[in-house]
Amino acid sequence: MNAGEARIDVAFAGTLGAFSLDVSFQAPTKGITALFGPSGCGKTSVLRCMAGLNRLTGKLTVGDEVWQDDATNTFRKPYDRPIGYVFQEASLFPHLSVRSNLLFGARRASKKANANALKFDDIVALLGISHLLERAPLALSGGERQRVAIGRALLSQPQLLLMDEPLAALDRMTKEEILPYLEALHESLLIPIVYVSHDITEVERLADTLVLLQDGRVVAAGPLYTLQSDPELPLLQAPEASVTIEGQVMRFDETYTLTTLAVAGGELVVPGHQGAAGGLRRLRISASDVSFTRVIPRETTILNCLPARILSITSHGGGNAAQVNVIAGLGEDGNGARIVGRITRKSKEALEMVEGAQVFAQIKSVALIAAKSGSALAAPNSPSR
Amino acid sequence: MLDLGELWSPIRLTLELAAITTVMLLIIGTPIAWWLARSKARWKEAVATVVAMPLVLPPTVLGFYLLVTLGPNGPGGWLAGLAGGRSLAFTFEGLVIGSVIYSMPFVVQPIRNAFEAFGERPLEVAATLRATPWDTFWSVAVPLARPGFMTGAVLGFAHTVGEFGVILMIGGNIPGETKVLSVAIYDYVETLQWTEAHILAGGMLVFSFSVILTMMVLEKRMGRPGL
Repeated sequence: MNAGEARIDVAFAGTLGAFSLDVSFQAPTKGITALFGPSGCGKTSVLRCMAGLNRLTGKLTVGDEVWQDDATNTFRKPYDRPIGYVFQEASLFPHLSVRSNLLFGARRASKKANANALKFDDIVALLGISHLLERAPLALSGGERQRVAIGRALLSQPQLLLMDEPLAALDRMTKEEILPYLEALHESLLIPIVYVSHDITEVERLADTLVLLQDGRVVAAGPLYTLQSDPELPLLQAPEASVTIEGQVMRFDETYTLTTLAVAGGELVVPGHQGAAGGLRRLRISASDVSFTRVIPRETTILNCLPARILSITSHGGGNAAQVNVIAGLGEDGNGARIVGRITRKSKEALEMVEGAQVFAQIKSVALIAAKSGSALAAPNSPSR
Repeated sequence: MLDLGELWSPIRLTLELAAITTVMLLIIGTPIAWWLARSKARWKEAVATVVAMPLVLPPTVLGFYLLVTLGPNGPGGWLAGLAGGRSLAFTFEGLVIGSVIYSMPFVVQPIRNAFEAFGERPLEVAATLRATPWDTFWSVAVPLARPGFMTGAVLGFAHTVGEFGVILMIGGNIPGETKVLSVAIYDYVETLQWTEAHILAGGMLVFSFSVILTMMVLEKRMGRPGL
């Protein structure tokens, strides 16, 4: 992040009840920033403070606007902040129809009209709720309600969208139903989103930037991919450790129905037709699907076998644990995308794998988790106050 | 011989008193209920207790203090002096003041409960959608508390209609001015006019039954958030 680039600066400290919070981080003014950590780590408190619903001492600037600064005794009330807030429960107004719910914030925001406002019809279409407009909130399913809540927040023309575990209260099926809408938002929306979650799979699918929280403190903050492959961080120690990298569709093999995608430092082959050449895709490579060989394997069923260089090796679980986490950079020089593989300590010693060693990374499966394309919706004008 | 005019006068007076009292109570009681539901002040339960006092005080006790307050030597007398009167006791205005205090808990409590029932969340949602607190109160809190307002209004009205002890203490028995239904019935019985007493008492019976029935039906219907 350049110093001159617009960003969101967050710093809060204080106690809420018996819980003490002391956080400070920066987030870019585009894309999704995930606040991630176990339950009770303070992520929701941070979000509420950003919205002005709670007040802790600190500072919050969004772009060039100061929303809170206790040094100058600045504190804008929630209704004075151009935010959209999506709560864990949809919290629609039961006395209003879906349409009136959607327009609740829109009517009030229109007084300070935005030239390039998010259009009602666009949002309704994007979220697939056009057939629900005249219904009562109580007549909707959980997933539909949450989509209306997201639409309601967006139509208040926010310059920052805050989402507090919007999927946590939903069952697995409903989550899967909503995630594509969130991905579509991610691609088409030009406003920044701060997304609170304790579910790593949501974070992998949506986040660009990650803020790791634990016990009311920031453990690390930065691009998702960098944090996933950082040997110092707890992400790598999780059973489901993985990396999320971006790939570009290169070509489609009709004979075998396989698509080749280019990633930094190599090419990956995935099953199925993954869209036109040039399209960007988000790929997830799980640590347990990666193994290493010293020589190029001749007879194997694994399609993806790329030259790589080992960057670091850390014990999985500490001390003399059975497994180690190997971080390798793709490409012969190791400067490409970083991947993580989990192998046994025995194999590591048998193959004399050390930092800097040349290896071949065998990737058993690559998951496509999100399309990175879509038409851009207009975003509200940047603040001109 | 039945004098219908004589029968009608206390009914009309009672309905007027109850209607004015209910409107006053909604105007005064709503902010009190809101404050009791939202405030974090430690002494708010003390205020709630004062509001609830008429529930347990004998009407004669309340009536006695009201008489002192409204009388020529109390603040009521001073207030009456501004309008050229001598005292608020034994006037219709005095009855309204007394009824407002006497029926207050029946209006404040249901509205307070309704304000408390929906919690902080809808108010927070409204705030994140650019609604100021004043705007939120009218566009979210009041519609969501509608069942509470209905119950409060019906109870306040009905309770005022049924008032007896307080009225007797501060209003006496002036026909067309302070002689309301309950006092009239008492009067008719005292003077052995059983037919008139029967008509009024029977009417009250039907009235009370309809009020309570209406309220139960309303509550059942309002139980589902209405649209």
